[in-house]
Amino acid sequence: MTDDKDVLRDVWFGRIPTCFTLYQDEITEREAEPYYLLLPRVSYLTLVTDKVKKHFQKVMRQEDISEIWFEYEGTPLKWHYPIGLLFDLLASNTALPWNITVHFKSFPEKDLLHCPSKDTIEAHFMSCMKEADALKHKSQVINEMQKKDHKQLWMGLQNDKFDQFWAINRKLMEYPAEDNGFRYIPFRIYQATTERPFIQKLFRPVAADGQLHTLGDLLKEVCPSAITTEDGVKKNQIMIHGIEPMLETPLQWLSEHLSYPDNFLHISIIPQPTD
Amino acid sequence: MTLKSCCPTMPNSLLWAVDIFGRVYTLATAGQYWELCKDAHLEFKRVSAVKQCCWGIACDNQVYVYVCSSDVPIRHREETYENQRWNPVGGFCEKLMPSDRWQWSDVSGLKHQLLDSLVLPSPHWEWESDWYVDENFGGEPTEKGGWTYAMDFPATYTRDKKWNSCVRRRKWIRYRRYKSRDTWAKIPSHDDPKQLPDPFSDLSIGGWEITDEPVGRLSVWAVSLQGKVWYREDVCHPNPEGSSWSLVETPGEAVQISCGPYDLLWATLWEGQAMVREGIDRNNPKGSSWSIVEPPVPENGIMHVSVGVSVVWAVTKDRKVWFRRGVNSHNPCGTSWIEMVGEMMMVNVGLNDQVWGIGCDDRAVYFRQGVTPSELSGKTWKAIIANRENDRSHTGSSSSLLSAGCFFGDEVRGSGDSLAPSDTDTSSEADRPGLVSEYELSSGNSRPCPESSAVGSGAQGDSSEEEAALSANREGKAQVTAPAELPWTNIDLKETRKASAHSAACYAETTSLSSLGLFPMGLEEGYGADDHPLWAWVSGGGCTVETHTVLKWFTIQSGLSTSMQTLSLSITPAQTAAWRKQIFQQLTERTKRELENFRHYEQAVEQSVWVKTGTLQWWADWKPHKWIDVRVALEQFTGNDGTRDSILFIYYMFHEEKKYIHIFLNEVTVLVPVLNEAKHSFALYTPEKTKQRWPIRLAAATEQEMYDWLALLSTSCSESRRIQGRPSPQAIWSVTCKGDIFVSEPSADLEALTHPMPCDQMFWRQIGGHLRVVECNSHGVVWGIGYDHTAWVYTGGYGGGFFQGLASSTSNIYMQSDVKCVYIYENQRWNPVTGYTSRGLPTDRYMWSDVTGLQECTKANTKPPSLHWTWVSDWYIDFNISGGTDREGWQYASDFPSSYHGYKTMKDFVRRRRWARKCKLVTSGPWLEVAPISLWDVSIIPGCEEGSKDSIALWAISDKGDVLCRLGVSELNPAGSSWLHVGTDQPFISVSVGAFYQVWAVARDGSAFYRGSVSPKQPAGDCWYHIPSPPKQKLKQVSVGQTSVYALDENGNLWYRHGITPSYPQGSSWDHVSNNVRKVSIGPLDQVWVIANKVQGSHSLSCGTVCHRTGVQPREPKGQGWDYGIGG
Repeated sequence: MTDDKDVLRDVWFGRIPTCFTLYQDEITEREAEPYYLLLPRVSYLTLVTDKVKKHFQKVMRQEDISEIWFEYEGTPLKWHYPIGLLFDLLASNTALPWNITVHFKSFPEKDLLHCPSKDTIEAHFMSCMKEADALKHKSQVINEMQKKDHKQLWMGLQNDKFDQFWAINRKLMEYPAEDNGFRYIPFRIYQATTERPFIQKLFRPVAADGQLHTLGDLLKEVCPSAITTEDGVKKNQIMIHGIEPMLETPLQWLSEHLSYPDNFLHISIIPQPTD
Repeated sequence: MTLKSCCPTMPNSLLWAVDIFGRVYTLATAGQYWELCKDAHLEFKRVSAVKQCCWGIACDNQVYVYVCSSDVPIRHREETYENQRWNPVGGFCEKLMPSDRWQWSDVSGLKHQLLDSLVLPSPHWEWESDWYVDENFGGEPTEKGGWTYAMDFPATYTRDKKWNSCVRRRKWIRYRRYKSRDTWAKIPSHDDPKQLPDPFSDLSIGGWEITDEPVGRLSVWAVSLQGKVWYREDVCHPNPEGSSWSLVETPGEAVQISCGPYDLLWATLWEGQAMVREGIDRNNPKGSSWSIVEPPVPENGIMHVSVGVSVVWAVTKDRKVWFRRGVNSHNPCGTSWIEMVGEMMMVNVGLNDQVWGIGCDDRAVYFRQGVTPSELSGKTWKAIIANRENDRSHTGSSSSLLSAGCFFGDEVRGSGDSLAPSDTDTSSEADRPGLVSEYELSSGNSRPCPESSAVGSGAQGDSSEEEAALSANREGKAQVTAPAELPWTNIDLKETRKASAHSAACYAETTSLSSLGLFPMGLEEGYGADDHPLWAWVSGGGCTVETHTVLKWFTIQSGLSTSMQTLSLSITPAQTAAWRKQIFQQLTERTKRELENFRHYEQAVEQSVWVKTGTLQWWADWKPHKWIDVRVALEQFTGNDGTRDSILFIYYMFHEEKKYIHIFLNEVTVLVPVLNEAKHSFALYTPEKTKQRWPIRLAAATEQEMYDWLALLSTSCSESRRIQGRPSPQAIWSVTCKGDIFVSEPSADLEALTHPMPCDQMFWRQIGGHLRVVECNSHGVVWGIGYDHTAWVYTGGYGGGFFQGLASSTSNIYMQSDVKCVYIYENQRWNPVTGYTSRGLPTDRYMWSDVTGLQECTKANTKPPSLHWTWVSDWYIDFNISGGTDREGWQYASDFPSSYHGYKTMKDFVRRRRWARKCKLVTSGPWLEVAPISLWDVSIIPGCEEGSKDSIALWAISDKGDVLCRLGVSELNPAGSSWLHVGTDQPFISVSVGAFYQVWAVARDGSAFYRGSVSPKQPAGDCWYHIPSPPKQKLKQVSVGQTSVYALDENGNLWYRHGITPSYPQGSSWDHVSNNVRKVSIGPLDQVWVIANKVQGSHSLSCGTVCHRTGVQPREPKGQGWDYGIGG
């Protein structure tokens, strides 16, 4: 029997093969070769693209280099979304590798946040963690941790250390035996088709009658359009980490096993591919 | 998954209760519903339960016992002796001399005892077979006919007829079996009619912890309507009915009685005081005298008491609940009363001093939450709102309270109102004999009513209504709405009104009689088949609730269970499989899709070295040995092939010089926690360290820190050897003498003929849990037995215990507990003036010591083995010690240290006695309890042919010595389904099943037995073949491999059974192989593994060494020598 622990590993070690190409209008001294990389699904673009940056900077003049940003088929990629989420939401049904365009000019101020350093990513990541724990345990677990534990979480993510990260993160996944689950499930639902950034509401893992809420229950409640069908055919894919869990899956289990390192379930709703 | 839906996480014990109509229900600790007692044809007034049985007083005023069914029968051996004398004419004949004993007699010869004179004691017994002659004499087989010879009666008998053998005798045996199980068996009353007790009004059972022998002894106490107290003689496991009632004198008229598991016995008196029995002990379970305890408030006498091991709870006539402070064995009366919150009809103390009560207003069963050894009075009352099982079947009808209300309209409301007073005190008249008979009369008629109302309302049932109804009840407004047949209600209303009218005037009287609380029958309509049952009595004496027990009694369960823990268990595998399987499958597909063709891509994040550092203490290598502070660093690095390895550095100061040692974790063979009160330490062995019997010992400042390191190092060791997940089916399992469980993956060269891998290089990793015995076969079926004899089956998980997070599997890890005893010795020396005193000679051992006498161990300073263990009993005298004891537990000897005997002689100048105290460990591991039979030994067939459909043979010995054969064991269902009892003429202590269904066993008399004709078709075989033990040795363990049979005797000698052939599987003789052996285990290829006693160079850390027999070959099954492995 496969163990639930293996899910954590599979999730953590998810990789997206990516091809980075420099935007055509960027001025280079010589031709820029595309750069191929396996991106960790659970990490952030600006955290894992030092190599990409170095690669393209080599062919550019110093004065043409400003803050790097990425774009896929015209959509600027938000660095503060996990990579796996960006891929699922924008490119999940396209051929691999994922073709990302690299920009050094014309930073799209209205679409993207600036990312001056890794401290910014750390601050963002930790604030997500804290928000998630506020939902799960009224912040009690994260607040009881020491500074070094917080650091270990971040270092675990930054250095892709599964054991290091989970040694601490498991505490965030515990709950009192009598409660049957977290207080609220930290989740965010993203839709490819709307302008609205995401849906986030308070939702409990267990119904008043003691029944466990499922993924289907959640969507029915907060995003009913996602699970509508047309003549019995699903209109949308419900995707987390590149897979489509069944709507019967208990939400608490999903939260414990398929959350991103920031402890949120990032759920993508994307239109069913037509063919 | 092969788990049954009921409760795998803990032993399923039962809470018994009686509702106001006398129906008996049970609620399992793991259950969610009250289940109607299997035998429901009787109505009861009182029940008093322990784990194995329940006694009750039915409404016919007869006493019944309900013995729970078990795979092991209750058998009793009848025996009688046939005696003969030799005479010159006819040889041995039946003619005896006039001065001789009877021709048929008991063992002493004093009592005439014909075969036919032994009859079944009650209709609840049946004979197993006819009489037969016993041909086993003290472990040795007799000649055919079973005669033993002597010079004259009474004398010492021998097996052999000698020239001077003038008399002979033989023993006839016949077994009878108790057959009335899972049913209420009426206690026969063939007492003297003059002494026949009048009808009983209350009854209580307990006392099983006072003595170990005879097995399962119980104290059964009863109070008759006239206020007399009776004691049932000779109640024990083999005699569940007891023999007779004997009267116990009392200072006043008793009303109610309560007997605790140990030596507490309290009763209430008519006048409102309590009386407390003093002097109850092992030698005198009836006690000697009564003391009186005054009620907390003079005007409100005590109506009801209930006692546990060291607690007393009481309810006074104003329904207030009281807790008695300061109660213990030495002071059974306690010191003072404390008033508790809540008003109760009655309270009942169960196992672990847990408390239940029946609410005064709502008649709900309440559980006292938060009762712990340190806080015996608990915290709050919590109502148990589990539904009854029969409510489940027609869920819709559970709303009949409301829907029926609509249906009946005003009429119902009217009757409900008029019933209101009766709700509080109808109980009062209930057990008056007159009413009881009326009750019986009426019960026949009332039957159809609840059914009809259920049918009527079923259609309208709606879950929201149900909820509303339930919440109303929770607020304590349990109205007895009665959609009732009015003729009934009218009659009973008159009765109840009358009762309530005078109950005001003589409250005391009615209540003291009343706590029975049986409602007149008409009120049955009050809840018919609908919601909240009304309770009259509860008994928790068989119900084990521990601090970690998660109870599902307090929420209404509907559909899926709510907690994650139960999720994986109570949902059927099919339900979970779908979504979980999909996730596993899709993740695999995703990895394939996104990674397979792109493995040559560069990783975005490079792997680097990760280090954990810390400060520990190290037991220094040089003399004088002491703990020195060291800095420790663990460096983990990832090789190019993705494997991980680690090095542990220990930096220390030696003569002010900085030095370090380092250990490659892929060389570590085992990490063992070494816990004692002083240090939180662990030992680290490498092959070299094992040879030296000198591990690296490291200690941390806190236990948590120690376990963090231990878990990290263990995980790193496994990683560096690329061992992960569950152990393979071929793994070798072992337990340390501290109960820790280790498992080793055998490598191919372990059994190599030339240059086998030395067994000190075997890598052992720890698995959570605590066991005394572990047994496995080559199909991954693993069973264990705890120190408390609980049987456990391996679930396929790994980790548990201190392994948390990732080193542990999420599923298949369960709570496990174990109980063991800590022993200390009280030593005394005889002094001509004062007799035995605790003043020894200056050269003597400590007057309170450990077994060796070298270490002082007093009651006060002796602590549990580690912080994980907590005391669960007080110190008590242990009478179960080899050599026997006198009535006070003393053993005598001429001097210390010596061999001790259980009686005093002229030559004895010292004596000792052993005190025991139970302590308990709660941990976790991949183990599930195989309830309910406790085991002493277990054995699993090593392996059968691939693809065989036959179930795996598993044999066991129960803690009472019964031989058992497990049915239905397979790889998919390692726990099997049920036990098959295999009859024996004496208790057994060891069993082993080898290849080809060879079953060998050892009896308590030290002789061995071979079981004939065991096969898949006949899993229990047909008969025992007696195998005499080696000369002058008593065997204690046997182990069977493919063709080899080895046995171990009490003096540590290992014996090989010579001459075993397929046609003569019993073999011919025992060959001595080795001494100094503690335990033997023969593998499926006849590998010989033993635990040796201390080996050369061993220190005190451990007390056994794993050894592998070298040179074992088909031609040389006994092997040549020993290869020493871990331990020592």
